[in-house]
Amino acid sequence: MEIGPIWRSMLRNKGGFILIAAQIAVTMTIMVNAVAIIQERSVDMARPSGLDEANTFALASVSFVDGMDKKRLIDEDLELIRSTAGVLSATSSNSFPLRRGGWSEGVSLEPGEGVSDSSTALYFSDEHTMETFALELIEGNNFAPNQVDWVVRESSEWPSVAVVTEALAKDLFPDEDGSYLGNTFYIGNDNPVNIIGVVERLQAPWPSWSGLERSMLVPQRRDDDFVRYIVRTEPGLRDELMPQIEELLAQSNPDRIIQSVRTMDDVRKMAYLGEAAMIKLLSFVVALLTAITGLGIVGLASFNVSRRTRQIGIRRALGATRASIMRHFMVENFLVSTVGVVMGGILAVALNVLLVQAFALQPMAWYVIPSAMVLLWLVGQVAVAGPARKASNVTPAIATRSN
Amino acid sequence: MFRYYLKLGALSIRANPALSALMVLAIAIGIGACMTIVTVRHVMSDNPIEHKNDVLYHVQVDSWSPAEPYQEPDKPPEQMTYLDAKALYDAGKAYRQVTSFKTSRVVQPDGDDARPFQLDARATTSDFFPMFDVPFLYGAPWDRASDDAEERVTVLSREINEQLFGGEDSTGRMLTLNGEEYRVSGVLDEWTPVPKVYDLNNNPYEAPEALYLPFSLAATNGFSRSGNTSCWKPVADGGFEEFLASECIWIQMWIELRDKSEKDGYLQFLDAYAAEQKALGRFQRPLNNRLNTPSEWLADREVVDDNVSVLLSIAGLFLVVCLLNTIGLLLAKIMRRAKDISLRRALGASKTTLFAQYIIEAGMIGAAGGMLGVGATWLGLRGIENLWSDYDFIQYLVRMDWTMVLLAVVLAVMSAFAAALYPTWRACNITPASQLRIQ
Repeated sequence: MEIGPIWRSMLRNKGGFILIAAQIAVTMTIMVNAVAIIQERSVDMARPSGLDEANTFALASVSFVDGMDKKRLIDEDLELIRSTAGVLSATSSNSFPLRRGGWSEGVSLEPGEGVSDSSTALYFSDEHTMETFALELIEGNNFAPNQVDWVVRESSEWPSVAVVTEALAKDLFPDEDGSYLGNTFYIGNDNPVNIIGVVERLQAPWPSWSGLERSMLVPQRRDDDFVRYIVRTEPGLRDELMPQIEELLAQSNPDRIIQSVRTMDDVRKMAYLGEAAMIKLLSFVVALLTAITGLGIVGLASFNVSRRTRQIGIRRALGATRASIMRHFMVENFLVSTVGVVMGGILAVALNVLLVQAFALQPMAWYVIPSAMVLLWLVGQVAVAGPARKASNVTPAIATRSN
Repeated sequence: MFRYYLKLGALSIRANPALSALMVLAIAIGIGACMTIVTVRHVMSDNPIEHKNDVLYHVQVDSWSPAEPYQEPDKPPEQMTYLDAKALYDAGKAYRQVTSFKTSRVVQPDGDDARPFQLDARATTSDFFPMFDVPFLYGAPWDRASDDAEERVTVLSREINEQLFGGEDSTGRMLTLNGEEYRVSGVLDEWTPVPKVYDLNNNPYEAPEALYLPFSLAATNGFSRSGNTSCWKPVADGGFEEFLASECIWIQMWIELRDKSEKDGYLQFLDAYAAEQKALGRFQRPLNNRLNTPSEWLADREVVDDNVSVLLSIAGLFLVVCLLNTIGLLLAKIMRRAKDISLRRALGASKTTLFAQYIIEAGMIGAAGGMLGVGATWLGLRGIENLWSDYDFIQYLVRMDWTMVLLAVVLAVMSAFAAALYPTWRACNITPASQLRIQ
């Protein structure tokens, strides 16, 4: 190969090549970091909530008349929903995963005021919540119907039992290697809570919360004007049942309104709106950038070819084959790209470190860098192929022309 | 000479249409990407109450747990307990004072077939309207006496007045909310502060509430709280009365002070209040009262989304790529004319002359890129609007103002000049007649 002479000839005309190498380096910096962010967001979006999302919807009931018997209202509503054909299970709660609003509470291993040992999302529940949320019980039991209390909205009473996620149990009792059942923690400073069940997974309502996997079911219902119903249907019946149940509840009692009727798919979409948009935006940026850099390489290579037409003609007249002329430009581009991607690798890591520090992003995966290198090498070779072919078509006769 | 160079530039651009178009396009796309994000950031980090920045203050007192600060490093709670909000309001030490929280009400429209519906509402004191310069279309705010009397009065947003009263002057008409009759005291004109500076504890980028009600009425009657409620100490049993007397924070407080002496006076008053509370066994943390101006409060709450800052750094680098691209192409273009240049130098053209000529040509390309860049920015903003179309408020975040248009053009021309410097310098250094030999 004639890498040596090609490299030396490039050094005689550095300006243009340095520019291309720099352009490739910055392109790579952006590409690598954009891909790292896309990957991070995709991983976030793929986290399961624990619910049977495809067959679940939620709606809210808001009472607006003083003196409404809300316990009776909720019992009647749930009775109505559960007796509808096609409904697998239904429950009332204050929130549900991905809703981005809910109740969190500090929990401790010792009673009394002070710094909490962990924090958790609360879902006020009844004995049906477990089935409605499609939770996998790892150990222990569901609540019995008589364990579910009814209290006023501002109550500071807490039930003495709870079902917790494995993540919460692990956070509270990291040294426990057997069963979490029967372990006690404290909520609201002094109220002991006994773990009667542990579920594999149930996300808290806030997707961006660092403690996303920590939540607990509290066997309690509160006397609030707002109540949310979560309904799980038999597979495939959700879209049909949703408007039906909305209408059923709206008709059953005129002293409240039914609102926020949404499938879990819609709830998920809204919860990850920003992530989905960032993924699309960054993908577009990467594509546009690659195109601009590719076009830049085409432009400069064409210029180089037309400037060196006479030299090419001379080489051809002296016996160089078309293939070797073409190879000259391809190798030249390969060398420039190599300088570019090596610089780009360094810059990309530097930017990633900055972004991780400033915005608490995840550090990128190692393989993004070599992948981007290969991709940019390929882009360079494809971009230069056209002008190189044009160069190889220069006839030896050009050499005889005195300009 | 300038006009002659303009003409030469135009000729040269026309002589290489593909290369020139590529350069203009690269600048336009780079500017477009950059300005799209800069515009969104500019809107998001704006201070909508800038003109009153020296008289408005967000009030914080440290009522939090003795065991740990509300937020590191030793920040006082961002909201207030009802106890403190009421005590500070009742003391009346500021020129204007606002205590407020976000709530919701169910509207029951007249007519048999109209279904009731829920609206976001803001419970606030009457000073809210003059303090935040809220424009009125009809009527006026309720007065301070109505605040104290817990009167059922309301102010409607323009939009909801259109929906409920067909846009008429509804001042004095009655409206049923949660089964109770309210008198309409006024209707707002179009008003969307971005960010929603008066309540940064909830989403800072959402529309203002549709209804406004007296704070005292809503607070003491247990209206639902749509915003955050945080408690470090459990509420004692005994229902809502105990909640009001609790250490839970859920109220935002703002005051207006006309000058520095009033501010100093208020700070002294807050210190005295905190000392009084300490004597009563509350406020067990070190003294930590704060008065923040709107811009300080916006900075403290770090309202601008991290995504925007990440995108801004990427957009900046994107512009760098576009500029490197342009430099390379300009260099190619100028070096292609090396022969002309060396001939002109041989015939006596000075370096300054050549420099002026090529910089003007670059400026023309930059200006064209800038114009197109404004268009690209507009397209970019429409793209952002589309990507976030499920988020209603996005339309307020993608608005371009004249400052941004001007910035786009200036940035484009500056970019083009910056890009032209190296190629022009190379051109000026071509030695006279060096290129005239037959190779």
